[in-house]
Amino acid sequence: MSLNSLWEYANPRKFIETTDKVLPWVSVLAVLALVGGLVWGFFFTPADYRQGATVKIIYIHVPSALMAINIWLMMLVTSLVWIIRRHHVSALAARAAAPVGMVMTLIALITGAIWGQPMWGTWWAWDPRLTSFLILFLFYIGYIALWSAIEDDDTAADLTSILCLVGSVFALLSRYAVNFWSQGLHQGASLSMDKEEHVADVFYYPLLLSIAGFVLLFISLVLLRTRTEIRARRMRVLLARTRMG
Amino acid sequence: MPELGKYAATVLSAYGASILLIVVLVGASIYRANKIKKRLQGIEEKAKRHG
Repeated sequence: MSLNSLWEYANPRKFIETTDKVLPWVSVLAVLALVGGLVWGFFFTPADYRQGATVKIIYIHVPSALMAINIWLMMLVTSLVWIIRRHHVSALAARAAAPVGMVMTLIALITGAIWGQPMWGTWWAWDPRLTSFLILFLFYIGYIALWSAIEDDDTAADLTSILCLVGSVFALLSRYAVNFWSQGLHQGASLSMDKEEHVADVFYYPLLLSIAGFVLLFISLVLLRTRTEIRARRMRVLLARTRMG
Repeated sequence: MPELGKYAATVLSAYGASILLIVVLVGASIYRANKIKKRLQGIEEKAKRHG
């Protein structure tokens, strides 16, 4: 696919036509992978010799934390496309992704706190990764609020794109906080290219399936929500025309 | 049901809270998608009638 043909999807009508065909398939795959990964992890994996049954929380915590960071980075890319090329669909895709990212960050924070209580003896610590995740969550809320606060869509897209650029620092900090500061409670990455570092195979494969499920869930939700934002924008334009005429 | 031992409440509450949040997110997205689609159809029909 050439870059020129890729820009065709920036046309709202073309985007809706294409997603009409793609969305049902992605949604079915998302349900299969998510249910498969979670059922496999919850029912068919053993307890860990140190963490006991709490290890089963990684099938939710790790994918949601990964998504929390990567959704913001996807918003960064689409915001940059808006700033450079002024394609409305890219700005609306960033808007559509934000609530999904916020929920993923919240799931990561909640499951982390629930796991931390028995393992670390505390629900919360001002650890670098936990703190940067909390800040990322606040950025998501701020981003969503800023979209809602500004009536003009283009101005809202401009300002939220700038906020997204600033917030990307915290998205990256959330990812690498464990490497930057070694004094925190949070352990290193559960998934790594280095076989020595990541979790044992018995946990690894259901975890991969669960991550695939979260990624597909995100894709289907962002497609659905972007279609809604395109329609909502058209609705606002038509209502404005009616008011003026 | 797998053997969760003394961590049953911990594991079940983590799964319960997460699944609830995902269901609410999916439900709200579908509800808003249908609502906006219907409203837009109504406005477009009205706009067509009035030329």
